[in-house]
Amino acid sequence: MADLSADFLGIRSPNPFWLASAPPTDREVNVERAFQAGWGGVVWKTLGLDPHVVNVNGPRYGAIYAADRHLIGFNNIELISDRPLDVNLHEITAIKKKWPDRAVVVSLMVPCDEASWTSILPKVEATGADGIELNFGCPHGMSERGMGAAVGQVPEYVGMVARWCKANTNMPVIVKLTPNITDIRSPARAANDGGADAVSLINTINSIVSVDLDNMAPYPNTDGKGTHGGYCGPAVKPIALNMVAEIARDPETLGLPISGIGGISTWRDAAEFMALGAGNVQVCTAAMTYGFKIIEELTAGLSNWMDDQGYTSLDQFVGKAVPNVTDWQYLNLNYITKAKINQDLCTKCGRCHIVCEDTSHQAITSQVDGERHYQVIDEECVGCNLCVSVCPVENCITLDQQTTGIDARTKKPIDNNYANWTTHKNNPAAV
Amino acid sequence: MAPTNQTTAIQSGRLTARQYDKNFCDLHPLLTEKQAAAEAGRCYFCFDAPCMNACPTTIDIALFIRQIATGDTKGSAKTIFSQNIMGAMCARVCPTEQLCEQVCVRHDSEQKPVSIGRLQRYATENAIIENRQFFDRKPDSGKTVAVVGAGPAGLACAHRLAMHGHQVTILDAKPKPGGLNEYGIATYKALDDIAAREAEYILGIGNIEVHYQKTLGQDYTLESLRSNYGAVFLGLGMAGVNQLGLDNENLSGVINAVDYIADLRQSDDYATLSTPERAVIIGGGMTAIDMAVQIKLLGSRDVTLVYRRDQNAMKASPYEQELAQTKGVNIIFNASPKRLIGENGAVSSIEFVRTKTADNGQLSDTDETFILDADMVFKAIGQNFNATPITSDQKLNLKNHRLHVDDNRRTSLENVWAGGDCVSDGEDLTVSAVNDGRIAAIDIDQYLSTSNKKEGV
Repeated sequence: MADLSADFLGIRSPNPFWLASAPPTDREVNVERAFQAGWGGVVWKTLGLDPHVVNVNGPRYGAIYAADRHLIGFNNIELISDRPLDVNLHEITAIKKKWPDRAVVVSLMVPCDEASWTSILPKVEATGADGIELNFGCPHGMSERGMGAAVGQVPEYVGMVARWCKANTNMPVIVKLTPNITDIRSPARAANDGGADAVSLINTINSIVSVDLDNMAPYPNTDGKGTHGGYCGPAVKPIALNMVAEIARDPETLGLPISGIGGISTWRDAAEFMALGAGNVQVCTAAMTYGFKIIEELTAGLSNWMDDQGYTSLDQFVGKAVPNVTDWQYLNLNYITKAKINQDLCTKCGRCHIVCEDTSHQAITSQVDGERHYQVIDEECVGCNLCVSVCPVENCITLDQQTTGIDARTKKPIDNNYANWTTHKNNPAAV
Repeated sequence: MAPTNQTTAIQSGRLTARQYDKNFCDLHPLLTEKQAAAEAGRCYFCFDAPCMNACPTTIDIALFIRQIATGDTKGSAKTIFSQNIMGAMCARVCPTEQLCEQVCVRHDSEQKPVSIGRLQRYATENAIIENRQFFDRKPDSGKTVAVVGAGPAGLACAHRLAMHGHQVTILDAKPKPGGLNEYGIATYKALDDIAAREAEYILGIGNIEVHYQKTLGQDYTLESLRSNYGAVFLGLGMAGVNQLGLDNENLSGVINAVDYIADLRQSDDYATLSTPERAVIIGGGMTAIDMAVQIKLLGSRDVTLVYRRDQNAMKASPYEQELAQTKGVNIIFNASPKRLIGENGAVSSIEFVRTKTADNGQLSDTDETFILDADMVFKAIGQNFNATPITSDQKLNLKNHRLHVDDNRRTSLENVWAGGDCVSDGEDLTVSAVNDGRIAAIDIDQYLSTSNKKEGV
């Protein structure tokens, strides 16, 4: 059976699943339950300086749903820990003592001055915690006070604070990045330059989940007014995967450890983040949707998949997909595909036809010999994958590579040699 | 009180009030909002949706289901009513398993079609209850149309004509509108007085005057309608009931199923209905099934439905057959009634001969016979169209003993249209009758707007 144990910056945990800094890790009672359930580690809910912050008493969360009310997106306006610093430190100490084999990392957010950071670091170190995570991502509330995302959006500040922390503690320093910027590589590079041991991403995305059309206010709202929150959950996974991959393949941050966060709900999600370079993963929304028991599915699923693939330890597949993430300009333009519809699986719903007809390339029939029949017209098909994407039946439509003969659409012979945009005749900058 | 061995052969009040309530509750209760949303979410919104094409009234099913899924129940109802103003009743009585749901792509792929009928009921229920009128009448055209029959065909025709601004007069032999919806459909498919509420809703568009208890051929003639109105629509239904043609058919206890069902539908206390201990129903269509199931629900102990052909030939759908069997009805195929046996003027049993179906479909009797004890025998072997009142003085062409109409539901007579069960080539479904009425109304509107004939009243 595969070994799921993880070593992230020297912080060991029995599996790579940590609970992200958030309500599930706010208090000893929650973390105790998480560890009993089998979670590998926690990033303790962000600590700040006293006096502690207060939360609204109205709704903190909002959600969007798929048709069957499966939660697919989640939004929050909760602030950092709203309990006194000492209470948190005391509980962290107790938990780490009781669960020495689990990772206990502490998330921190204090005003952006050196004194504030240097004052809190020794107190955290004294708890026996395994490391710290700098919360430069929280996009609501705290950012209005010059903390959280307000720091994360300025790479110079990211590097500066990382440097202060590295100079004032022996604990590993993880910098948590905000996705609310144009190029995720900038703060990652800054963190790296500042000496951070790792980055974790993504934090939540600025969002308003819906609007109450009766009262003409964001929903949910407090006393009729709403503010943007931080968006997370399954819907943000693609955004997070891209940002993780961008950092993983950036030559300037090559080798910088990454803790992957963003909509991880299943073992497969976790494996995908790790394949793109995350050394471990952090989970929040899935736990807040289903409870801590999902850790059993996460660990069993990952372990079974690793067994099937012949991986015996995590390092054997972490980052394995990174070399295959490239720029558009390097994609092989001679690679020709055509959609193919498996008539045995086809339910004849016709969605592939109508979307191709209305919005793409008119490359799928609706009738053949007067009968309802959906078939790809190779002369028109550009292999765009739209039909595959909208087909309700999995694997009914596939994109098949054409390796010989003539491309029915371009009337050109198939060329099996790799050729990309950089040398294409239509590229004015072609070399 | 529960039935006991001391009950007589025919008696009323076999069950307690609670049992009647339980037996005659909704067969498929109205979906909740959550159930409707979940079910609507299963629809693929197919291109050129097969369900829509299978619907005799071509309701845009994919669209109305998407409207339910997005919370626009009102828009969903309008989508349905714009094609089928009787969408609420059709949702209850349509054999959806043989129409829209049979061709649902999810039926083929996973044997579980989207529950279109139940979604349609969900969409239409509130519109009827709250009397949400979606359609405006065009300005008064000054033209008049007579509609004979306030059944599905007549009401659908009248509604569409009213939309076009014409003044409509409906004449019906019965005291209430709705036709078979009011008098013929099984009770558990039409609870809460839905047929009457729907008729009221349809008439609610205005400019439709209804004269009840006026019988064609007795109180007025087709000729008078033709001369007094710009156009005439005949939605006569099938008033005649087929008889077995046996001796003793006038024995007491030998009853037309449609008459019993009409009494049942109009009853406000099931405990007052004469209910046999042993019931035999003869026939193989929906009326036979409705009769058998309902007499069982009224407390009959032994209920046997006998059909002269084999199961495949049965007009009632497999779903309906199964429903009957689930309710405890025994179905015997390939047996034909031969002799009614009576005691003291009342039926006591009925003799059947076994039949066989040849490869060419020809039915013939065998030598084998059997006798079923019966306190009541219900005849449900079909209805027939009685053309006499209208053909005695008017030259109306018939086909297969019903009125012959063209694609626009025009009869052979100038300014006379017809639809519903009284026309040939129909499907004998409520939804087909509605379709006939709508198509005829559109054609009548064309006719009236192009005819220069001065309309009198």
